[in-house]
Amino acid sequence: MSYEFSFKPVFRNIDLLLEGAVATLQFSVIAIGVGLVIGTIGAATKVWGPKPLGFIVSCYVDFIRNTPLLVQLFVVFFGLPSVGIGLSASQAAIIGLSIYAGAYTVEIVRAGIQAIPRSQIEAGLCLGMGPLQVFRHVIIFPALKVVYPALASQFILILLGSSLVSFISAKELFHAAAYLDSRTFLPFEIYLVVSFMYLAMTLGFRALFYVLGRFAFSGGN
Amino acid sequence: MLREFGIDDILLLLTGAKWTVLLSLIAFTGGGLLGLMVAIGRVFGPGPLKFLIECYIRAIQGTPLLGQLFLFYFGFSIFGFDVSAWVAISVAMVFFSSAFLGDSWRGCIEAIPKTQWEAADALGMSFVQKLCYVVLPQAARIAIPSTVGFMAQIVKNTSLAAVVGFVDLLRMGQLVTAATFQPLTVYLVVAFMYFAMCYPLSQWSRILERRYNATHQH
Repeated sequence: MSYEFSFKPVFRNIDLLLEGAVATLQFSVIAIGVGLVIGTIGAATKVWGPKPLGFIVSCYVDFIRNTPLLVQLFVVFFGLPSVGIGLSASQAAIIGLSIYAGAYTVEIVRAGIQAIPRSQIEAGLCLGMGPLQVFRHVIIFPALKVVYPALASQFILILLGSSLVSFISAKELFHAAAYLDSRTFLPFEIYLVVSFMYLAMTLGFRALFYVLGRFAFSGGN
Repeated sequence: MLREFGIDDILLLLTGAKWTVLLSLIAFTGGGLLGLMVAIGRVFGPGPLKFLIECYIRAIQGTPLLGQLFLFYFGFSIFGFDVSAWVAISVAMVFFSSAFLGDSWRGCIEAIPKTQWEAADALGMSFVQKLCYVVLPQAARIAIPSTVGFMAQIVKNTSLAAVVGFVDLLRMGQLVTAATFQPLTVYLVVAFMYFAMCYPLSQWSRILERRYNATHQH
C-alpha cells in the first residue's frame, strides 16, 4: 500500500463542511417540525376522522414508508416540473423530507394515541373539558410521552436521510463534500471527516432529545 | 432521439429491479450472518469485544449509509483493490444490515428468561447446545416480525447503489428518463415497483407481529 492520507486540505476547508453541516441541520429540523405537525394531524384523522379520510392517510403512509426516500425526492424534484410545479432544489428537499418525515410520524403518534385508555378520555370529558382541551391535555401530551423514544430515533433517521437531498443538488453537508472532492481529489479523507461530523450530529441530537424529554415530560402525569 | 414511455421501458425497469432484488438478497444473507455474530458477540463476548461491537453498532447507526457507501467505494481503491460499484454497495449494505440486525437480535436474545438458561444448565447442556437448542430458537420467534420489516428497509436502501453507478431499479429509471424525458411517469413507475417489493414485506411483518402478540397476551 503506497497511499498517503492527507487530511490537511480537508481541514483547511473545514468551514465549507461546517456550512454544509449547518444546512443539513436546518433541513432536518424543518422536516422534523413539519413532520410532527403532519404526523399529529394524520394520526388524529386516522383514529377519529371519517373513514374515507383515514383511508387516504393510510395510503399516504403506506406509500411513503414502502418506497425509497431517494425515489420520492426524484419524483418531487425531477417529476413535478412536468406538471408545472417547478421547485428549487432546497424547496424540493424540504417538501420531500417533510412528506417523508410526516408519514413515519403518523404511524408513531397513532400508536401513542391508541395507547391512551378510553376511560381517561371519558374522564376528561366528564370533568367538563372541551374536545380540544381533552386532546391537548389528556391525549396528545401523554401519547407523545409514550412514543417519545421511537420518535427520537425516527428523527435521527431523518437527519441521516437528509444526506440524500444532495442528489437533487440541494446544498448541504454531502453536497459540500462532493464540491470539496472535486477540488482536492481526496474523497476517502473527506467522507471520513463527513461521517464523523454526522456521528457528532446524531450524538448531539440524542443528547438534545434526552434533555428535551426530561424537560417536557417531567411535570405532572 | 426521444421516444415515448412504453412497454419496452417497463421491461428495462424490470431488469433493473432484478438487480435490486439480488442486491437485497446479498445484503440480507450477508448482513444476517454477520449480524448473528454481532448479536452473539455483544451478549456473550468478553468485555473488550462487547465494547468494540457496541462502537461498531453506534458508528454504523450514527452515520448515513451514503457515507459508508462512499468510504467503501473510494476506500477499496486506496488500499489497492480495484472494485466495481457492485462490490462496494454489497459490502456497504452487508455491514449496514449487520449492525441493525445485530442490535435488534441482541435484544431478542436478552429477552429470553434466565430460567431457560438454568433449565438447560440443569440438563447438563454445553454452551453451544444451550444456545442452539434452547435460546436461539426462542429468540428467533421474537425476532421474526422485526426482521421481516427490516427486509423492506434493505430493499429501499439498495436504491443508493444508483448513485455510484450500479444499474439497479432507480439507476435504470434515470437512464429511461434520459431516453424518454418523462421523469414524472418513470419515477412514479419506479416508486410503484419498489412499493410492490416492500409492501408485502411490511404487511407480512405486521401480520406476524399481531400473531405473536395474540399468542403472548393472556
